[in-house]
Amino acid sequence: MKGNAHVYKRDHINTDEIIPARYLVTDSESELALHAMEDIDQAFVKKVKRGDVIVAGHDFGCGSSREHAIWAIRGAGVSCVIADSFARIFYRNAINNGFPVVECRGITESVSDGDELDIHLREGILKNLTTGESLRFIPLPDFAFGIADAGGLLQSIKK
Amino acid sequence: MGMTITEKILAAHSGHDTVRPGELINAKLDIVMCHDVTTPPAISMLKNLDMDRVFAPDRIVVIPDHFVPNKDIQSAELAKRLREWVRLHGIKNYYEVGVNGVCHAVLPEDGWVLPGRTVVCGDSHTCTHGALGAFSTGIGSTDLAAAIYSGELWFRVPETMKIVLKGTLGKGVYSKDVILDIIRRIGVDGALYMAMEFTGPVVDNLSVEARFTMTNMVIEAGAKSGIINPDSKTIEYVRERTGEKFTVYTSDPDARYAETIEIDCSGLEPMVAFPHLPSNGRPAKDAGDVAVDQVYIGSCTNGRIEDLRIAAGILKGRKISDSLRCIVVPASTKIWRQAMKEGLFDIFSSAHCVVSAPTCGACLGGYMGILADGEKCLSTTNRNFVGRMGSPRSEVYLGSPATAAATAIAGRITDPREFL
Repeated sequence: MKGNAHVYKRDHINTDEIIPARYLVTDSESELALHAMEDIDQAFVKKVKRGDVIVAGHDFGCGSSREHAIWAIRGAGVSCVIADSFARIFYRNAINNGFPVVECRGITESVSDGDELDIHLREGILKNLTTGESLRFIPLPDFAFGIADAGGLLQSIKK
Repeated sequence: MGMTITEKILAAHSGHDTVRPGELINAKLDIVMCHDVTTPPAISMLKNLDMDRVFAPDRIVVIPDHFVPNKDIQSAELAKRLREWVRLHGIKNYYEVGVNGVCHAVLPEDGWVLPGRTVVCGDSHTCTHGALGAFSTGIGSTDLAAAIYSGELWFRVPETMKIVLKGTLGKGVYSKDVILDIIRRIGVDGALYMAMEFTGPVVDNLSVEARFTMTNMVIEAGAKSGIINPDSKTIEYVRERTGEKFTVYTSDPDARYAETIEIDCSGLEPMVAFPHLPSNGRPAKDAGDVAVDQVYIGSCTNGRIEDLRIAAGILKGRKISDSLRCIVVPASTKIWRQAMKEGLFDIFSSAHCVVSAPTCGACLGGYMGILADGEKCLSTTNRNFVGRMGSPRSEVYLGSPATAAATAIAGRITDPREFL
């Protein structure tokens, strides 16, 4: 998958920032998407294009269990989040939705805003097409790809 | 090699004799709790996939608490979808407004949480229930849908961080101060993916209610769950609420821990976490001159009867500063009634606090206590992220009910020992 990077160098970007609680009165992905990342970057929704990638520091998605955080950024067009590390529930929600997340240490040092990235999820290779640099990461476990291939956790357990 | 209490519960619920950290297992769930924000999406997912069933109506407990009584049409629609689903599936364990409360207060209060059980809910503070020796963790809506449908979920067995709390707590120092100090030490991702197991003489001496405050906040250190080995206080608390059988698991002396942290709590002082992270703790006496616009006493962290008694003890015969407003929210209907009977409402009202019905409301910037641009709030809640209680340009400071009451009287962040 290819996309342009939106880099947030901060650690601990939390779910309240990704989708503030004032919008949790709906679970419509398209409505939530209008407010994605609103409390960290008001301009995000205007500048994000389909297929783009969010790049951030440690502990991305900490805080609330709200899956609305995944739906909001996915709805806004984000195809993948790459971070030093993820908060547990956000990471789990991503796997259950078949939404790609990549843990890659030091990522914010190697990627600048607007860089074009080519991500090979299963191989664990991330190419920065703008700088020519290649990075390796540990791919998600097969178990997670199994859920993604089924179309999500619910589809995978449907009997 | 022995096992921790968390490993034992997960092994017992997944048909294994032993489990080890890192293992992926499928665990059976004893209680699935549902509230009004994360459950309606789960219900829709199940309907859309033609999976609209519940694994066991008597194991599902539904407690609308975030936006009820409803604050607007959209939240009313969410609550309506929840109600219709409850009726469709004959779920009896439904707590309508009038008997409800913050789910993490109601669940243990009504005997749903027992030692050795597995408990999940689409809410990050589900870790609260580990105080009774249960494995409990917060999940998202897809997980919740899977739990409702199948009664089981996949888990990666967490590593355990053991926190040994030694010494004794001084006057005016509470379990909220202890957990704020722990998060200050290890950071907001200090226990990422782990189970935090609290032990030691300080924990032994805490009431069960005070223990909930600590396990409630382990998610603020990134943990999957918090847990306390059951003791006689736990058993007594549970026995007063249910006749159901349960199994008590405890950690083996030779259990393997990823990390052990020992803290002497004897010198600990009342703490305040500054914006915008729960790890920004410092002693209240060193807070400097921080005038606040609002004080909030309530939530799944500190809205229990013991918390209200502590706050009322300081507010009795006094008035809050006329430079702020103070909102008191008993965490459940039972707590609300108990506070009423004990005359606490009279104390709060005489001090010019407002007392609300139970709700999560202001804790997450929902309603009834929203902060405006530039406003500051000293809150007994668990999270002080940017925009948590309203405007992204407001500030939330976290403290104990005692610190909150003292701050309400003084008009600025104040060490509660000044009023003891």
